[in-house]
Amino acid sequence: MSLTPWEKVKLARMPVRPTGLDYIDRIFDNFLELHGDRYFGDDHAIVGGVAFLGDIPITVIAQQKGRNTKENIDRNFSMPHPEGYRKALRLMKQAEKFHRPIVCFIDTPGAFCGLGAEERGQGEAIASNLAEMMLLKTPVISFVISEGGSGGALALGVADKVYMLEHSIYAILSPEGFASILYKDSTKAEQAAIDMKLTAQDLLQFGIIDGIIPEPKGGAHNDYDQMAVNIKAVLTEDLQLMLQMDTEVLLDKRYQKFRKM
Amino acid sequence: MRTNPFSKKHYATTNIYRPQPQDHQQPEEERPNVPQGIMTKCPKCGKVIYSKILLKNHKRCDECGFHFKVSANERFAMILDDGEWQEFDSQMTTRDPLNFPGYGDKLVKTQTLTGLVDGVVTGKGKISGLPVMLAVMDAAFFMGSMGSAIGEKLARLFERATKERLPIIIFTASGGARMQEGIFSLMQMAKVSAAAAKHSEAGLLYITVLTDPTTGGVTASFAMLGDIIIAEPDALIGFAGPRVIAQTIGQKLPEGFQKAEFLLEHGFVDRIVPRDQLKQTLGTLIKVHSEWRQS
Repeated sequence: MSLTPWEKVKLARMPVRPTGLDYIDRIFDNFLELHGDRYFGDDHAIVGGVAFLGDIPITVIAQQKGRNTKENIDRNFSMPHPEGYRKALRLMKQAEKFHRPIVCFIDTPGAFCGLGAEERGQGEAIASNLAEMMLLKTPVISFVISEGGSGGALALGVADKVYMLEHSIYAILSPEGFASILYKDSTKAEQAAIDMKLTAQDLLQFGIIDGIIPEPKGGAHNDYDQMAVNIKAVLTEDLQLMLQMDTEVLLDKRYQKFRKM
Repeated sequence: MRTNPFSKKHYATTNIYRPQPQDHQQPEEERPNVPQGIMTKCPKCGKVIYSKILLKNHKRCDECGFHFKVSANERFAMILDDGEWQEFDSQMTTRDPLNFPGYGDKLVKTQTLTGLVDGVVTGKGKISGLPVMLAVMDAAFFMGSMGSAIGEKLARLFERATKERLPIIIFTASGGARMQEGIFSLMQMAKVSAAAAKHSEAGLLYITVLTDPTTGGVTASFAMLGDIIIAEPDALIGFAGPRVIAQTIGQKLPEGFQKAEFLLEHGFVDRIVPRDQLKQTLGTLIKVHSEWRQS
């Protein structure tokens, strides 16, 4: 199935598309959510916790969209505040301490732009994640499951392996925002989606991501279980390799991967 | 009969005298004959200052303290001993990774207009006699937006500093991402932060000086990673731009929001340092962090 970039944008944003928790339920066992950043609060736009992948204990972190308006208000449309990123970092450092691999599901239009987010240091929170993730002495694998927008997505994306689902998108900002800045016309989003080169296929070609996870016919929403199976297969294979890798080699590879971009 | 509160024209019209633009214009022959650029007018207090004196005063208005924009080269000259430095990667520019329509032409135009090759100048010099790596972003180039050339130059500077075990100072000025480079622009945040993290891991000092404006991807990466973060007075510093936030929340932003003083108040900046004290402050910080225990 060949979709245009704009069709992919629309598909990636469909409310029926599986979210982070849908995958967590299907891929892992005994997921136990852990809350809070220990500074300010608990951001519902990011969920995180511990679970088992087979017999491997892991830490999983996901940006979480809602299924309807009520859920989306609670999840802030998956646009995290600084405390969301700080919770994520807290859980990642915890994973490092106990030698657990980290799995991230990226799904956000972008980090939230608001008064509180600025007051509490949105920039600092994202910056810290970028720097700290580079040094984590444990494997990190990230999946862009629907929408990966701006630094808000990258803050969970400094990983040893970054995968995108077949019809997901990953970009510097939304095509609408891009069009309004560069073309001074937000209705030119469709053209922007083409010019921005934001599809999984483009990003694989650029060497920005490591692979594409195929989606069930028509898109991930048509078969949640199959999509989860596809993700789990890649995850299991990668983790088996990475867990045998010397930490120094792992970290050097992670550095070189982003250094080349 | 009650008036309809929704009907328009619930305002008064008066005939207030408003000065017209031509009121200020003197007849052509009476205007003082001053060549362009000799004098500079302060946009804040209106004082007209000799450009040479302004430069001597670190481009700071001696009347009201307003900080004028400083080019990368001016900044190097202001900060480093004897205004001397060795520049790195001076010819590096972007390779237009997305092949973005019109970007190549705009780059050449901007390069001609500004005399810059891209948005950051990097080099090595001395402050108070101690060697230091320095990078200065220039907001005149694509509004200081971060593209792959800026990312690469900064990553190289960090690696050089790590290798030579030197402190690094970065003056940030950025409107955000270089849109025309799309995802590559985003990845520069990870790349530079990674190089900064390695430099930090080696136990070396990194100072950021946030100048007006520092926003977007630069704020959300290396600008906020300094061991010590300094800001110039009144500089706009934030993740999202004020216009975007005002749009999101649908109301006017509070006075002073996202200014350097606001960040100091909220704990994200170590000090606000006026420009005339900057070199001295940086010198002291570098001396405090020189490796005296190992010598």
